[in-house]
Amino acid sequence: MADTITLEVARYRPEQEDEPTTQCYEIPMRREWTVLDGLNHVKDRLDGTLSFRWSCRMGICGSCGMTIDGDPVLACETFLTDHHPGPVRVEPLRNFPVIRDLVVELTDFMAKLPHVMPWLVADEPPPDTEYLQKPAEVDEYQQYSMCINCMLCYAACPVYGLERDFLGPALIALAQRYNLDSRDHGDHDRLEILSAPEGIWDCTFVGECSRACPKGVDPAGAIQRYKLEAAKRTVRSLLLPRGRR
Amino acid sequence: MTGYTGLYQRLYRPRVPILWWVRRRSYLLFVLRELSSVFVAWSVVYTLLLVHAVTAGERSYRGFLAWSARPQVLAVNVVALLFVLFHAVTWFALASRAVVVRVRGRRVPGVWIVAANYALWAVASAIVAWVVLR
Amino acid sequence: MTVVRRPVEPLLWLAFSAGGVLAALLVPALLLLFGVAFPLGWLPAPGYPHLDAVVRHPLVRLVLFALCVLALFHAAHRLRYTVRDGLQLRRLSGLIDASCYGAALAGSAAAGYLLLAAG
Ligand code: SF4
Ligand code: FES
Repeated sequence: MADTITLEVARYRPEQEDEPTTQCYEIPMRREWTVLDGLNHVKDRLDGTLSFRWSCRMGICGSCGMTIDGDPVLACETFLTDHHPGPVRVEPLRNFPVIRDLVVELTDFMAKLPHVMPWLVADEPPPDTEYLQKPAEVDEYQQYSMCINCMLCYAACPVYGLERDFLGPALIALAQRYNLDSRDHGDHDRLEILSAPEGIWDCTFVGECSRACPKGVDPAGAIQRYKLEAAKRTVRSLLLPRGRR
Repeated sequence: MTGYTGLYQRLYRPRVPILWWVRRRSYLLFVLRELSSVFVAWSVVYTLLLVHAVTAGERSYRGFLAWSARPQVLAVNVVALLFVLFHAVTWFALASRAVVVRVRGRRVPGVWIVAANYALWAVASAIVAWVVLR
Repeated sequence: MTVVRRPVEPLLWLAFSAGGVLAALLVPALLLLFGVAFPLGWLPAPGYPHLDAVVRHPLVRLVLFALCVLALFHAAHRLRYTVRDGLQLRRLSGLIDASCYGAALAGSAAAGYLLLAAG
């Protein structure tokens, strides 16, 4: 194994350039290093001006999403050995405006987040004691609660790239996480926003979000399940007399 | 330097290239999967032409058979068959993720749903073949 | 229960899905037989009297009619999205939708005439 590897990093410094450029860094090739370790080596030893986000180094915080050799991945879970002999191309996440170098702007997601009401909506005040659930009830939504908001699914989704107003994979999966929770009663309220054209109906089931997701959330599956649910409700509301809906 | 203050953000907004779906293999496969619908539509037209020919009498049925053996028509149909098969395979794989089937309160795993789809496909094809060839 | 305010999308999606299922189940066999196997002589084409009787059978007609209509709406739905996203024509989506579903409606009318009214 060669003892160095090249990182080809996309740089965008708004104070000096209008378009991103590429800068190459030669870093030591270590078996146990991830791309994030490589970037930190660059930042500490070679070029302190390089900007990127990270925190936990263990796939929990969701802040180190980048495009590495064309794929949306977490830099802290992508090993240099898997990209050997390189060069390894490191770019910011696709489909988001770039603030600087590898740092992207996520306001769009944050602004949409409250619309899907990602909290327990209850008709009555919750009990004073613990809100008990059976394991089977937890299983219903647990998969959808694993999301770490890393935005890899948005970077993978061509529809989001084309349509800014699309709610997008993680948000719909998040809405499902609450819809499927036995303690929640917010599903009618969420139906309105989810079944708008910019909700589930914009999705064409490309399925890339689920492939990109590092947490096995399967947003694409959540969206298709919800399409079926919304369609069932529509049919029911058209067929049944008012009172029985 | 742009702007009058150093705090002013100048975002770089990448544009999606027109041919975004040739950039990744998975996007290309997706677009091919969607384009299978053109061949599904063609198959419907072809079936209706056949029905029309049969209802019009024996002579026009013979005419349809002769037409369907022309190389151009045959070529279209071979391509259409490949696309329709692609549609069937991808459809069965994806359907298992949209549908949640429960047996005695337990969610049936996706592979079972896919297997059931294939079984149904085999039965449906056998019925078609039996009706036509009997 | 809340009423879905724009009920068209879900209904079109249901037609798309039903059409997808029917097309996946029936079209490969039909196309393999009539589009490839008979023309290439892999199998002898069915005789006229038999096929005529098959096509006249009401159940066959009903299944074929359902297949044609739903498969056409399936195709229209998919094509609409593919043209809109694949060619980045969101501005024209009204026109695209109208042409795709319009063509599906026209095809369904033709299928209805051939399978339900004529002969
Ligand atoms: S659904 Fe998966 S890919 Fe999308 S933000 Fe959540 S963890 Fe990341
Ligand atoms: S640094 Fe936290 S997920 Fe990668």
